[in-house]
Amino acid sequence: MTTGAAKHGSNVSLARRAWAIRRNALRMGEVQGQGYIGQALGVADVLAVSYFHALTYRADEPEWEGRDRFLLSIGHYAIALYAAMIEAGILPEDELETYGMDDSRMPMSGMAAYTPGMEITGGSLGHGLGIAVGMALGLKRKQNPAFVYNMLSDGELGEGSTWEAVMSAVQWKLDNLIAIVDFNNQQADGPTRAALAQVPEAAKWQAFGWHAQEVDGNDLDAVVAAFDAARNHDGAQPRVIICNTTMCKGIPFLESREITHFVRVEPEEWAKALEILDGEKPQ
Amino acid sequence: MKPQELSRRQSKYTARSVPQGERVATSAMIASLDAEGRDTIAAPFGHALVDIAKTREDIVGLTADLSKYTDLHVFANAYPDRFYQMGMAEAVMISAAAGLAREGFTPFATTYAVFASRRAYDFIIMAIAEENLPVKIVCALPGLTTGYGPSHQATEDMAIMRGMPNLTIIDPCDAVEIDQATRAIADTPGPVYMRLLRGQVPNVLGEYGYQFKLGRAQVLRDGCDVLFVSSGLMTMRTLDAARALQKDGVDCAVLHVPTIKPLDTETIIAEASKGGRLVVTAENHSVTGGLGEAVAATLMRAGVHVPFRQIGLPDAFLDAGALPTLHDQYGISVSAVAAAVKSWL
Repeated sequence: MTTGAAKHGSNVSLARRAWAIRRNALRMGEVQGQGYIGQALGVADVLAVSYFHALTYRADEPEWEGRDRFLLSIGHYAIALYAAMIEAGILPEDELETYGMDDSRMPMSGMAAYTPGMEITGGSLGHGLGIAVGMALGLKRKQNPAFVYNMLSDGELGEGSTWEAVMSAVQWKLDNLIAIVDFNNQQADGPTRAALAQVPEAAKWQAFGWHAQEVDGNDLDAVVAAFDAARNHDGAQPRVIICNTTMCKGIPFLESREITHFVRVEPEEWAKALEILDGEKPQ
Repeated sequence: MKPQELSRRQSKYTARSVPQGERVATSAMIASLDAEGRDTIAAPFGHALVDIAKTREDIVGLTADLSKYTDLHVFANAYPDRFYQMGMAEAVMISAAAGLAREGFTPFATTYAVFASRRAYDFIIMAIAEENLPVKIVCALPGLTTGYGPSHQATEDMAIMRGMPNLTIIDPCDAVEIDQATRAIADTPGPVYMRLLRGQVPNVLGEYGYQFKLGRAQVLRDGCDVLFVSSGLMTMRTLDAARALQKDGVDCAVLHVPTIKPLDTETIIAEASKGGRLVVTAENHSVTGGLGEAVAATLMRAGVHVPFRQIGLPDAFLDAGALPTLHDQYGISVSAVAAAVKSWL
């Protein structure tokens, strides 16, 4: 199967794609004066690899039957996915400025009914992986070779329903299901590791029967390798990639801030962040 | 720290023993609903689904370890490759049903009414109803149809589910209606929650030449003193109570309302407006948040002011025991219904 830049008909580097995703997200944050920018900056590299290396899709036909399904459990990461889908041409760039506004197709929390390319309504955490199980079963029934990707957060792993889905995916040998965990160790009340994530993640998923990998989610080469391994693995089992990411990655003054789930950015800081990013535009 | 003194629910029962040789009524959970000498039909839901699936390849079945107790085993035996045993995991069963619906299938997902309405609510509302997906959730043990106590008695399932936008709610009366309603909901877009009687299910409506119509209430019997407005198995009770009351010179009409949502307000208002009749709602459900309150609100909004009484289960955790005993105790047996009506006239 063709993957990578060639598949997407472009020589634009993944670093440049990730940069553009960060830039789109910052612009949306600037428009709204707020947003889950810490998560968006942190997960931009994983989304760049997803949309410009791994996923098969048609930008002008988001519901094309042959597409790989990308399910965003974590509704508040919508800003990041909009940023990626704008860069992918699924959403028009000029719509970016409507983020979070009345009548916008880009609400603050991602919903399937609002946005082309948004597969599910996220936000109630612990739903995405179960829906992904059903879609993976459905694709197998239809003998459709597409993959189902589900992006979860580390905090979402505290939801018991996620583990029902983890067991079910193994039971049904869903080798067309790839879970991506954005592990930034931040949930609403503080570090995820201080809540329910005590056990090493990859070992836990492996013990449940998954093909599990853990990577630096801000290392593009490592993420590419992990996605390739997940897709090409020949075991009859679901796959998970645990991506350790850094909140606010790419904007040092935000990275060094005392980071929580919701990063406060002062009005004048958006332009400052964009300036820093623009100064580091990759080829 | 001195622990707080708790004011907990206490059983009213004391130690007892059974005299040698005496038989006692038991609280069997999986027994079919007492048919009271009527004809019965076996597993109407399961057989209807098998029949529909002959021409509908999009139909699939899922259960959370309760196929035998929701009659879905009939479908599983007929179409093993279209049946998903999801294990004792209601959240993933409902979410996976949503995923299958997204891929173009029409899933029928079964469990007990308590587990769907209480445990799986968030998954039903967000993964299914919010996106108006065609998942049909079919649930056994509605209301007081088991003697196992509150863990299995879905006395408030309709109250819970009525608040959910997009959801159609069906409370069928008997085997005839379960067969017809299963076919109707398979053809209906959007999500459905249907209460189910399983096993040997009485045939009550056959003699009325009844045909289920989604969203429609139907007069099964006319009468000038009392208008029963009932759903589910309580329509069996109101029909029988009407016969019994006839002998005492009380003339009762029965308006059967199998679709709880969307409610057929037009027919309910028209029937209640005829005047001169005591309106009595009857439901196998708590008096809180079910058919009775829905009818009351409908009449109030329409400015129809009529004498109104409600038959239903109390807003309480019910006792364990044998069903006939419990139905008498909580006022939903035929004799209890008839006695209540006489006391109100």
